[in-house]
Amino acid sequence: MILGLDVGGTHTDVVLIDKDGIHRQTKVPTDHADLLGCVRAGIEGVTGGIPPDGISRVVLSTTLTTNAIIEGKTNETAVIVSAGPGVDPEFFRTGPHYYCVAGSIDHRGREIQSVKTSEIQAIASKLKTDGVRQVAVVSKFSVRNPKHETQVRDILGDSFFNVVLGHRLSGNLNFPRRIATAYLNAAVCETHRRFFDAVRESLEKKGLNVPIYVLKADGGTMSLEASLQCPGQTILSGPAASVMGSLPFASETEETLVLDIGGTSTDMAILIRKVPLLDPLGCELGGYKTLIRALKTVSIGLGGDSVVRLADGGLSIGPDRKGPAMAYGGPVPTPTDALFVLGKVNDGDAGSSRRGLQPIADGLGMSLEDTANRVFDEACRKILSAAGEMISNINSKPVYTVQELLGGYQVRPGEILVLGGPAPHFARRLGDFTDSRVRVVPRWQVANALGAALAKNTSEVTLFADTERGIAVAPEEDFYKTVKRDFDRESAVRLAFDLLRDKCVKQGAVESELEMEVIEDIQFNMVRSFYTSGRNIRVKVQVKPGLIPGYREIADRLAESVPPQT
Amino acid sequence: MLTSKTRTGVVFFPAFDWAISATHPEREERLLYTQDQVFEEGLLDIEGVIEFKPDLATVDDIKRVHFCVPDEMSVVTESHLISAGGAKTVGIQVMEKHIERGFALVRPPGHHAMRVVHGARGFCNVNIEAIMIEYLRKAYGIDRVAIVDTDCHHGDGTQDIYWHDPDTLFISLHQDGRTLYPGSGFHYEIGGPTAAGMTVNIPLPPRTSEEGFLYVLDQAVLPILEDFKPELIVNSAGQDNHYTDPITNMSFCAQGYAELTRRLKADIAVLEGGYSIEGALPYVNVGILLAMAGLDFSQVREPDYQPDKIRQSGEVTKHIHRVVEEVLAGWKKAPEIRKKQLSGRKFAERERSIYYDTDNILESQRETLRVCPDCSGVLSIDSSTDTGYHILAVHIPRKACKECVDQGVKWYDSADARRFNRIFLQDRMNDQYLVRKG
Repeated sequence: MILGLDVGGTHTDVVLIDKDGIHRQTKVPTDHADLLGCVRAGIEGVTGGIPPDGISRVVLSTTLTTNAIIEGKTNETAVIVSAGPGVDPEFFRTGPHYYCVAGSIDHRGREIQSVKTSEIQAIASKLKTDGVRQVAVVSKFSVRNPKHETQVRDILGDSFFNVVLGHRLSGNLNFPRRIATAYLNAAVCETHRRFFDAVRESLEKKGLNVPIYVLKADGGTMSLEASLQCPGQTILSGPAASVMGSLPFASETEETLVLDIGGTSTDMAILIRKVPLLDPLGCELGGYKTLIRALKTVSIGLGGDSVVRLADGGLSIGPDRKGPAMAYGGPVPTPTDALFVLGKVNDGDAGSSRRGLQPIADGLGMSLEDTANRVFDEACRKILSAAGEMISNINSKPVYTVQELLGGYQVRPGEILVLGGPAPHFARRLGDFTDSRVRVVPRWQVANALGAALAKNTSEVTLFADTERGIAVAPEEDFYKTVKRDFDRESAVRLAFDLLRDKCVKQGAVESELEMEVIEDIQFNMVRSFYTSGRNIRVKVQVKPGLIPGYREIADRLAESVPPQT
Repeated sequence: MLTSKTRTGVVFFPAFDWAISATHPEREERLLYTQDQVFEEGLLDIEGVIEFKPDLATVDDIKRVHFCVPDEMSVVTESHLISAGGAKTVGIQVMEKHIERGFALVRPPGHHAMRVVHGARGFCNVNIEAIMIEYLRKAYGIDRVAIVDTDCHHGDGTQDIYWHDPDTLFISLHQDGRTLYPGSGFHYEIGGPTAAGMTVNIPLPPRTSEEGFLYVLDQAVLPILEDFKPELIVNSAGQDNHYTDPITNMSFCAQGYAELTRRLKADIAVLEGGYSIEGALPYVNVGILLAMAGLDFSQVREPDYQPDKIRQSGEVTKHIHRVVEEVLAGWKKAPEIRKKQLSGRKFAERERSIYYDTDNILESQRETLRVCPDCSGVLSIDSSTDTGYHILAVHIPRKACKECVDQGVKWYDSADARRFNRIFLQDRMNDQYLVRKG
C-alpha cells in the first residue's frame, strides 16, 4: 500500500491506497505552526490497525518551502556571483550578503577571466564573522563549464552548512534565474531538512521503515535523500499534486483543462493527452523567477471562500479571503454562502449566509436568490476567462524554428476536469458557460493526496557537447567528459539516456517507471572560414511525467464512482 | 527585479532550421550564440521587455513592395515570410502602443532586396523593413518614415525601393563602396528627380571606430532626422561594422552599437547583416536590447575588447569630418535640386545592371519615371535577366495623381504581351496588384 499526503494551505489530506483503490482517506485541518503534527495526525488517521510492513512507500507533498519563501522565513544566505561582461549582476542582488566577484566564462564554456582566490577567501572570512552558514555560488554560463563554481566552493572549504552550486540545479541557460534558484535552494535548506528529518523519525518510531518520497513542482517524485540536495524542487508541489490527482481521469485523445477550486484560490493547469504541460523555463514564486522545473500552473485569487462585495454598483469577488464562509462562522459573504442560499449545501448555518448576502442583494436591487445565482455565475465566468487567458498565453509562446512555427500546434482543451472542495457545484454551472465537457474528478476531496501517492519519479538531463572543444557536459549531473570529433547527436542522446537512468535510480525510481523521451535535440555545424570545425550539440531528455504504471487500475476503479453533479 | 524604462518588444526568430547553404555565413548557427547570450542574460525575463511570436508575412504584404519574378513563392522560403512577418509584428505592436520600441531579431535579412526580385542578392530575397513599413502605412495611415541603415554594407535594396519616395528618408552609414559589396552608396546618390535629397549616403572609410560612428550620428544623422520630422524611425540594424566581422573592415564595438541605439532612439530596429557570430553578435545584440529598453549597458563588452587596439587613426577622423560636411551640404541643397529637377524633363530614364551575387543572376533594367509636379510619379521598369526572363513592372505610387494613375494603367494595358514573360501593375493608390502573363 502507498500512503499519500498533501499538506495544503487549509487541509492536510491523506489517502492510503492499494490496488483496489482508496483504502482509507482522511482530512485534518492544517496547523501552520505545527506541520509535523498535521503529518502525524494524518498518518494516524489512515494507518490504524494496518501492519507497518503492509505499507511500501510514503509520498509527501507540502507547502513548507513555498510558505517559507513567500513569508520570507528563510535562512540568512550569501550569494557569490561571477558574471563577466553583460548585464550588471547587481540587478539580481538577493540581500545584504551578495558578492560580485571576478571570473568570466563565455557562451561556449571557455574561460575568459579566472577566479581570484584571495577575493573568495576574504568573502569566506567575512561570512564566518557575520554568521552566515548558507552560501549559493553562481557563475554566468556555468552550465557550459562549471569550473568557476566548483573552484569557489573548494576555496570556501567545509566551514559552511551548505554550499549550493548553480549548475547542479538546472541545465537551462538563464543567469538571473540561476542566481534566484541557487539562492532559494540554499535559503530553504535548513527548514526543509529539519522538517523531513522529523517526519522520517516519526515514521520510524511507528515502525514504518519505508522509502519516503517528496512531490516536486513538476508533478514527479524524488526520494527524501535526493530532495535534501535541491529542496527548492518541492515548492509549488500543491498544485502539482492536484494535477497528478486528476491525471488518471483525463482524456487520452485530447487536451484537458484542470481546475482545482479551493477556498482561497483556483489553480489551473493543462494536460495534453494525459501528459501535464510544463513551464518552459521554470516557475515563479514570491517575486523570484526560477529555473525550478514545474508544471505550468496559473493561480487566481478566486475560490469558495473569496470575499463577495459590492464595488462601483457591481459585484466583485476576491481576490482576498477573510476566513471561511459565513455559514461556517466566517466574517463576510462568499461564493460558498451563495451555495447555501441556493440550498445546494446544508452542512452549516444557511441563515448566516442569507444575512450576509442580503445587503449585496439590496445594493444590486435583486432578490436574494438571484443575487446568489449571480455570485455563482460571476465566479464561474471569472474562472473561465482566466483559463482562456492562460491558454492564449501558452499558444502565443514564441518558437525558434520554421518547423515549430508552421507546425503551429495550438492548445484547445476539449474537456475540463474540476476538483477541490466545491467541485461538483461549480462543475455543473461551468458547463453552462463553455462548449467543453465538464467533469468532476472522482474523489475530488482528496484527489491531490491521491495524485501525490500515484506520481512517479521524474527527472531531466541536459547535455551540451562541443566537438571543436572536445567536451560533453551534463551540468546537473556533475558530468564532464572529453569527446572526439565523431561525437554526434545520436551519441549525445544515448549518453543523456544513460545519465538519466542513473539519476532516476539514485532518486529512488523503479526501472519499470522509466519512460524516457527526448525533449530537445539540436545539432549545429560550427563553420569557421567556410569549413566545418565541429558540432555544437544540445540534448535534453526526461522521464515523461505521469503515474506509476502498476496503479492504472486504481484509477479505473475510482472512475466508476463518479459523484453526482448537484 | 530588472525593469525596463522603455516598454520594449522583441521578436526573436533565429530560424534554427534554415540556411542558404551549409557553410554560408547566413546559416543555422548565425544567431545561436546570440540566443545563448540573450537567454543566459535573462533579457526576455526583464519586466517591460515583451517577447512576441512572429506573424507570417503574406504574399499580399510582399506585393505591396516588390515585383517578384515569376511570382512571390518562387523567390522566398517560409523563413523569409517569418522574418518579414517578425518585423511586421514588431511594427504592429509599436503602432498599437503595446510597446514603445521594438527589435526584430530575425534572419534572413533583407536590405539588399530591390523593388524587382529575380532571386537573392547579398543573402537577401525580400526587403523585410520595406514590407513592414508599407504594411504599417496601409494599416495605420502613417506617412513620413525615416530609415537609418547602420549595416556595414550599403542598403542598396532599400535605397532602390524608396529612390522615388519623398516621404521616406533613407540614410545609410556604411563602409565605402569602393572597398566593399555592393559597391554603391556614394554621396552623390541622393534619390530620383521627385525625391532628390531623400536618400542620404554616408560612406565611411575602413577602420572607422566608435568615435567616427557617433560623430556621424551626432553631426549628420540626428540633425537631418530633426529636419525631416518622421513619424517613425526604423533602424536597419546590421551588425557587421564590428571589429571582428569576417567580411568587412570596420572597427565598431558592442558599446558603440549600444550607445548609437541609445542616441538614435529608433522606434523599430530590424536585424540585418552581421557575421561575426561568436565574437560580436551575442554582445552587440545584448547591448542594443538593453539600450532600447533604456537599461544600463555599461558592462556589455566583448571578451577581447581593447579600445586602444581598434581606435581609428587621425586620418580616418579627418576623412569622416569631410564626409559629414559634404552630407550636410547636400542635405541643405536638396530642396533646390528637387525644384530644378521637377522643372526639367517630363520623363526620366535610367539604365543599369544589377548582379544577384547569391543566386548568380545578371539583370538589366530600364526604368522610366514620369517626372510629375503633383506626385512622386508613376514608374515603369523593363527588366530582363541572363536566365531568360523579361518583365515589365509598373508601379503607381501611394499618393499618385490622376494623370500618373492613368499613365500607369496605360503602360500596363498597352504592353505587348509577346515581348514579356510577365507584365505587372502594382497600384498602391487602389491597393491592387495585377499580373498579365506573356
